[in-house]
Amino acid sequence: MFGFLRASPFERRLLPEGRTAGPIPWMIAILMFLTVLAMAAGLAIGQATSTLDSDIAGKLTVQLPEPNARLRNGQITALETELGKITAVSKIDRLDDRELATLLDPWLGEDAQSADLPIPALIDLTLAKNTPETVAQVRATVKAVAPAARVDSHADWLAPLSGLLSALGWLATGLVVLMAAATAAAVVMAARSAIDTHRETIDIMHLMGATDVQIARLFQRRIALDSLFGGLVGLSIGLATLVIIGGRVGDIGSELLGSAAINWWGWLMIFLLPLAAAGLAMIVARLTVTTTLSKIL
Amino acid sequence: MGTVVQFENVGLRYGTGSETLSDISFSLRDGGFYFLTGPSGAGKTSLLRMIYLSQRPSRGLIRLFGEDMVTLPRERLPGFRRRVGMVFQDFRLIPHLSAYDNIALPLRVGGTPERDIEKPVNEMLDWIGLTARASARPATLSGGEQQRVAIARAVIGRPEILVADEPTGNVDPDMAARLLHLFENLNRLGTTLVVATHDLHLLSRVGNATMIKLDGGRLSDPTGLLRYPPKREGRA
Repeated sequence: MFGFLRASPFERRLLPEGRTAGPIPWMIAILMFLTVLAMAAGLAIGQATSTLDSDIAGKLTVQLPEPNARLRNGQITALETELGKITAVSKIDRLDDRELATLLDPWLGEDAQSADLPIPALIDLTLAKNTPETVAQVRATVKAVAPAARVDSHADWLAPLSGLLSALGWLATGLVVLMAAATAAAVVMAARSAIDTHRETIDIMHLMGATDVQIARLFQRRIALDSLFGGLVGLSIGLATLVIIGGRVGDIGSELLGSAAINWWGWLMIFLLPLAAAGLAMIVARLTVTTTLSKIL
Repeated sequence: MGTVVQFENVGLRYGTGSETLSDISFSLRDGGFYFLTGPSGAGKTSLLRMIYLSQRPSRGLIRLFGEDMVTLPRERLPGFRRRVGMVFQDFRLIPHLSAYDNIALPLRVGGTPERDIEKPVNEMLDWIGLTARASARPATLSGGEQQRVAIARAVIGRPEILVADEPTGNVDPDMAARLLHLFENLNRLGTTLVVATHDLHLLSRVGNATMIKLDGGRLSDPTGLLRYPPKREGRA
């Protein structure tokens, strides 16, 4: 699998190399560190968005503002009956008075349990088939039974947050792409610099009958190894940073932030980043060297 | 014997200046021994560069082993370069490689397996008398030793043509004689020799050599092939 990274002792002597001598491994380490953070952020945000979307998908809340308890209970019963007839409604969950009081407790305190305080009734609906037609059917049914009732879609409430998370996810993806482009640019500079440094050796090899691909192989291997080294350094620092940030997020105890986890394939992608960087560096180095050499006879 | 090198009305111009070489026409036969001579600046090195495919002409036709080198696709050049050995005036050894590795370079470039490299390289080191200095880098070798390494590197791949640019310029007369003897041996084995030199003494020592004389970027005899010593100089 890693045959392209192997070189004969002679090839190593032909282009003397010091792994950490030049700035390229360290430049790639910095880019890799930033890529790891951007990719981790992108994956975590993607997971949070996915969790949020699945939590709110097909969820509706019917709010009954009827202050008269007797009338309110009658409307609730009628609504449960009529909504139960809609096949697309899979679950009807009325919040009882205790649950409502718990919800309002942070704002109203013990007053939330006062019988004098008119509190609207809430019915949570889960739709098996979340289509605009189903939602319209629910709204029509609710209006027919209780004209003052309001139907709120959870997706509508949380759309701005979902949009923000989605935008942040795309931003993170864009950053990863930019880091890859910056890595490629760094490799192009490294390859050109290496060609200039070893110009005499290249000229002699050419005159001995070496092909461009033979010469490019020497450079691409060396640059791929430098990139792999820099990538592993950047990954290590990035992982340490993620562990620290993960601990801080856990301390906050936020449900939304807590859902921003990275699953196993996300970790796999992060761990494969140094190899991807080495592969990218190898391809870019090969193209740069062969393109440069093609201008020489 | 066939023709291995053929120049027809070749001209060479660097940049926008005047032609360094003009109207060069000659042919070299397979297994011949040629001296290329002329004053400094006559264009000897430029002509050799075109033979060893380091330079394409500005005009004219160059054929090597029967193939047109002017229009040959670049990716096919390596195959022809492997058939031509070069000894450069300034040796052009790779400074960070040992004498052994410098000599082995053409074999490795040609894809010879590592197990088949040690024996011929050691034989070559023995032949040039540098076995004890096999691991020495060029900077630690004398001019003459570097010259011998450069020659060993040029001949180890058994090239069909050996091009040497002032090969005796940096060696004492004894070594010059040895080198000439070596070139004659190679020539007897069938290698075509093209040696650029100022050294008239060298020319007189190879009886069957042909002289190609350049002067001011032109062949002094348009026929291109002169037997040395030139008859008009009365040294038949």
